[in-house]
This record gives sequence, structure tokens and C-alpha cells, in this order.
Amino acid sequence: MSIIRPYGDTTGDGMVQVSFTLPIKHSKVADGAALQLANKMGMEPAMVVHSKPMGDDFTFFVVYGQVNHLVDTDKVQVVERDFPLLTPKEANAVIKETLRRPLVVVGACIGTDAHTVGIDAILNIKGFAGEKGLEYYKEIEVVNLGAQVSVPALVEAAVTHRADAVLVSQVVTQRDAHLLNTREMSAAFREAYPAGERPLLIAGGPRFDESMTAELGVDRIFGRGTTPAEVASYLVHRTTAKEPAA
Amino acid sequence: MRLDLDPATIARARNLAARAGEPIVEMAKRHTTVAVERATLRLAGLGGADPDGTPWVNHLVDAVRADIGLEHGVALPVWHALAGYDNDLARLAEEAAAGQVSFRLPEGADADLAAKRSREAVGAGIARLDASRIARDRMISEIGDAPRKPWIYLIVATGDIYEDIPQAQAAAREGADIIAVIRSTGQSLLDYVPEGATREGFAGTYATQENFRLMRAALDETSRELGRYVRLTNYASGLCMPEIAALAGMERLDMMLNDSMYGILFRDINPVRTFVDQRLSRQIHARAGIIINTGEDNYLTTADAVEAAHTVTTSQLLNEYFAKEAGLEDWQLGLGHAFEINPDVPDSFRLELAHALLAKTIFPDAPLKWMPPTRHMTGDIFKGYLLDGFFNLAGAMTDQGILLVGMMTEAVVTPWISDRDLALQNVRYVMDAAGRLGEDFHPAPDGFIANRAREVLGESIDLLGKIIDEPNGLLDAIADGTFGLMKRPADAGKGLEGVAEKSEAYYNPASSILEGEEEE
Repeated sequence: MSIIRPYGDTTGDGMVQVSFTLPIKHSKVADGAALQLANKMGMEPAMVVHSKPMGDDFTFFVVYGQVNHLVDTDKVQVVERDFPLLTPKEANAVIKETLRRPLVVVGACIGTDAHTVGIDAILNIKGFAGEKGLEYYKEIEVVNLGAQVSVPALVEAAVTHRADAVLVSQVVTQRDAHLLNTREMSAAFREAYPAGERPLLIAGGPRFDESMTAELGVDRIFGRGTTPAEVASYLVHRTTAKEPAA
Repeated sequence: MRLDLDPATIARARNLAARAGEPIVEMAKRHTTVAVERATLRLAGLGGADPDGTPWVNHLVDAVRADIGLEHGVALPVWHALAGYDNDLARLAEEAAAGQVSFRLPEGADADLAAKRSREAVGAGIARLDASRIARDRMISEIGDAPRKPWIYLIVATGDIYEDIPQAQAAAREGADIIAVIRSTGQSLLDYVPEGATREGFAGTYATQENFRLMRAALDETSRELGRYVRLTNYASGLCMPEIAALAGMERLDMMLNDSMYGILFRDINPVRTFVDQRLSRQIHARAGIIINTGEDNYLTTADAVEAAHTVTTSQLLNEYFAKEAGLEDWQLGLGHAFEINPDVPDSFRLELAHALLAKTIFPDAPLKWMPPTRHMTGDIFKGYLLDGFFNLAGAMTDQGILLVGMMTEAVVTPWISDRDLALQNVRYVMDAAGRLGEDFHPAPDGFIANRAREVLGESIDLLGKIIDEPNGLLDAIADGTFGLMKRPADAGKGLEGVAEKSEAYYNPASSILEGEEEE
């Protein structure tokens, strides 16, 4: 068992700092309110070291204090990503070394879904959350088919471009359209390719359950908040590890 | 603070940019696009949409195109047909959408008459641009302008115009001179302009005429309250660039993001489509007195800020050429650049100063748009706050015109109220403490900063030379991945199907009036 607590300048002092805003006019009452909040957060004793009015209705605080909580590192539970997260440079290097050709990714919004926001966030160089999209990766060749692509057209594009992976984005979920479309897509790929030769199939969208891969017939599902680097790292992990797609 | 650069070298760079840009302008003049034609109809007063949200301008342009193609422009066939509809454009568009109208290209006296009527209708829209410009000038002289430079630029982006409004007004009260309303992700790829006030967007708010009107009216109120005119910014980019320019001009927006190559490089929009759309959009901005902001900062978010510094200079020179050709004046050129050098690089601040000074020295009369660090903002908000302080200092020392306020929570959260407050304190401290520091210091003529600036200018000249030597000039350079590392061939990309080469009979009253070929 390993018990730790925050460290300010002495082992075991438990010191932390927080800053926050309260929707209240700057006053003695405001400072007291900040102190009360800090106490309720487990900071005892706490010091409001800075409070500043922001307009008439808000006050900003910086608070230092001692927390009475202990942390047991043996009881920490984390869900480990089952592939290493790579920077674009690292991803490019691995592809160059193992595939010795660009990794080809075909992406689309299938069905009647016209919301390319998801697929564009992952593929467009502009990217998402401060990360560049897959187009930015020198060793990844991106074919973005855009919106409202039919499943046969997607399969054809995947064959033509010799896709290593196919990314499908689904935002619209009316009548479970995202689930139906994704099943239709994975079935079509299983039909079009000999076993073990089909590209990786990846579905993405804010309403998917990431654990539904088997049910939908895809290799991976990425949910809300997924960044391009996570997708790229997964692609590199799967395509360069020589595991055949299921 | 200025650099001592050889004026002949700067002139040579400008000359090369003009040579690279001229064939593009010629190409733009030979083509039209669905967006150009729709913008023309918008200037003639056709707004609104069908119950499914498809704008009437889209219906009308599509109907004309289906009957006689796009190559003659829509003005002649539309105003020829309009005689049978009591000059009611909206009714014609509705009937055309229902397949009830068959369009033909008029000839002879019929064509002259249609041209004259279209000119009158579009002339009324141009008069609205003029009226907006006059209203802006009058408001600034009556209630006052931003108190000093650089103008402080803050962003709002809730997705809901009715949330944006109080946030924008609060930001103005806190010290913003310019409010930018970020657009919903992906609007640039919509081939139509959404209609009406909108309350849902992805990481931003749709650019619509009604949203423009609502926000400008709210900021007018706040401007009067504060005794300084607060400017409003939006985006004339993407597939509807000239339409949005027209709406912005008519609704008195003050600044528009409008880069010559951003859509091509970062949104994979067809290069020909972009250059054709861009030219009309800039002619409209010129007429409406709108300041454009170009997007060179984006190159540095994809390419290394030291290695790619010369691509920024090259793009600024090209943006300037295209802007001037379209009638914009120096005071309207918010040429972009950014503080994006890796802080771990030795002498990174000196390099930033060199690059910023180079831009200010080449474009002394342009209100340069200075963009804060984003790439090296890691989530360490304390380090980020320091970096933003240095960004502000570089902006102050090099006399930047428009300063986009950097947030220490960049890449962490959309800015909280306290983030914005701290960021503005940072700006104020630096401006008050060191705003005029540039008066006291000049870079040593053969020092690190001056030499670096010369090096970047030299690389930019080399690059422009290479661009000119390509068989298809700038289009080949864009196809090769010269800018932002993106490869964009001229025969690919979104929106290509909306481009047509003009016929002999082509007529567009908006272009004619804006190019001064005829008086409205």
C-alpha cells in the first residue's frame, strides 16, 4: 500500500492551490464564500490569497490550503489504451520503416448523413483540439470522400486506392441510422474482400458506444472527443503489427 | 522600431509576387462560379430560403444553370425572364424552383434591356454597401474609435447567437475593440448560406445575414455605451465566400477573414473556385470599407515556424497583390502572422521579433494581424501565460495593428470568464509598461534580428522565383505542397463543379460596377 498526499514544501503538508470564479460581487462576503467552498472541497485551513472583481457580477479567487485527503496509489484504476500514443513524427517514422509505403486511409460520411464535422476533424489538416488531422502526416495518404457517400461507392474507393483503413463518420442518429449504416458498411466490406485482406474498419461519432465493435462488425469505434493522434496511433499500431483484420 | 532593409530588395519581392499573381487574376477573370452568381443575386436583394432551408439564390442559379449553363452568368437570363414576373425576384425564384420557368439567353435589344435592369437591381445592393460604409464612418466620428493600437481582438463562439450577444457585449466592456464570431465547424464546406437567426452550431455560430444584423445592432448599442466603436468580424471564406462578403457589406460588418489560399490548403476547396470567388469577395470588401484579415498564421500551425517563415512572407506578398488588384487599400490589409516558434528553440523571442519586424517593414501601412501562440500551448497554463506575455511584448515592440488575445487555456477549454480577464490583464500590463518601447530600440544593422529578417526575405524571393518558373506558376506551387505542406492540384478539391469558363455573352452587373466599368 502506498499512501501519498500533496506536497508544497514539506513532506506530508498536503498543500494545494485552486482558482475559480464565483458569480457574486466582489466583497467580504465573496471572500467568505470562497473560503467556505474551499473548506467544503476538503481544504482546511484555507487562505484566499487573491480576489479580484470581474465586472459587477463576478469575482475571481486564488486559494491555497491544506487538504486532508490521502491518496492510495494501489487503488488507482485506469483504463489503459491498448496501443501507444504517437506523435505525428513517430507515426510517420514507424510507417516508413515497417510499411515502406504510405498508409492509405479512405474516409466518408455514409448514408444520408451530411455532417462531415467529425470526419473532417480527424482527416483535414486543420484537425481538432489543437492536433493536426491525418492529412498532416507525411506518410498517411488521405482520401476524404466527404458527405452522403453510398456504401458501394465507399467499397469501390477503398479497392481503387488500396485502402489500409476505412474511416466512417456518423453523426445523425435518428432511428439508429448510425448503427444500421455501420452494419451495412461492414457487411459490404466482408462481402467484397477475401477474409483477412479487408482494410481496417473504423466507425466514429459522438453517439457510438465504444464497446460495440463486434456487434457492428468493425475493428474499432471512436467516440466523442477522439483526437486525430489517437486515430493515427491506432492505425499505425494495427497496420504495422501485421495482425490480419478479423 | 523598424528594420533597415534595402528598399530595392523589397520592391523586387513585390514585383515577383505580382508576376506570380497576374496569371491567377487573368484566370479568375475568365471564370465564374455558382457563388459569384449567387452573390450577385443577393446584392440584387434576393434573400430567404424555402421551407427546407435551401436559399432562393441557390434555387435560381441552379435553375438557370440547368437550362442554359452557368457560362453566361445569371443576370441576363434572370432579368430577361423577370419581365414576366412583375420584377419580383423572389417569385421568379420560387417558380423556377418548382420547374415552372424556362430560362434563355436574351440577345440584341432584349439583352441590353436585361443588362440594364439587372444593373439597376444590383446597383441598389452596391448602394447598401456604400451606405454601410458611410454609417460606420459617421459612427466612428460621432462616438469615437478604439483608443489605441493594437486593437484588441476577442473571440466568441457559443453556437447560439442569443448567447453570443451578451458574451460579445461583456467582452467589449472588458476592453475588446474587435469581436469575432467564430463560425460553426464545417460551414466553409456548405455550398449555401444558412438563413435566419441560429441557435445551434458546432464549436461556433453559423454566419447568416440575420445573425450578422443581430450582432451588429447589439454592438452598436454597446459602442454608444462605451464611447468607442466596437468592430465586428466574421469569415468570408469557404464555398460561399463572395455571398458572405455581400451580406457582411450590407449588414456593416467591419472586418472579414479572407485569405487567398486558406480554403485551398486547409479545406481542400478547388483552387480555381477559390481564386474566382476571392476576387469578387475582395472587390465587395474594398467597396464596403471592410478590413480583411489574411490567414498566414495557419501555415505555422502545420509547418515549423522557423523553417516556414518565408512562406508566410511569400503569402503576405501574394495576399497584398490580390487585395490591391481587387481595389483594397493598405489600411484594409490585416495581413496575418503568428507567434508560433517553439519556445525551446534558442533565441526564439529574437526570431519572433525578426519575423514580426520584417512584416511591419515590408507592409508599414497595413494593420498587421498578430496571432498568439497555439501550437506550443501545452496545458501548462502558467507557462502559457508567460508565453502570451512575450507574444504581447513582441506585438507592442513591432507595432502590430490587430492583436488577437492569447488565452493561457488554449487547447484546454473554451475560454472561461477568468481566462479572458487574465488574458486582458496581461495585454494591458504589457501595453502600459512597454507599449512604446519600440521608440527606444532599433535592431543593430548587422545584428541577429536584422540578419534573420534579411535571410527570410531572401528565402521568400527565392521561393517566388521558383513559383514563377513553374509551368503553371502559383497553381503548380499549390499543387506541390509549397504552403502549409498541403498538396492541392488545380483540377481537384471541393466546389470544382461550381466553376464555369465565361462565354462571350457573359455579363455580371456586380463585377462591372465594382470594377468601375460602368456607373450604377
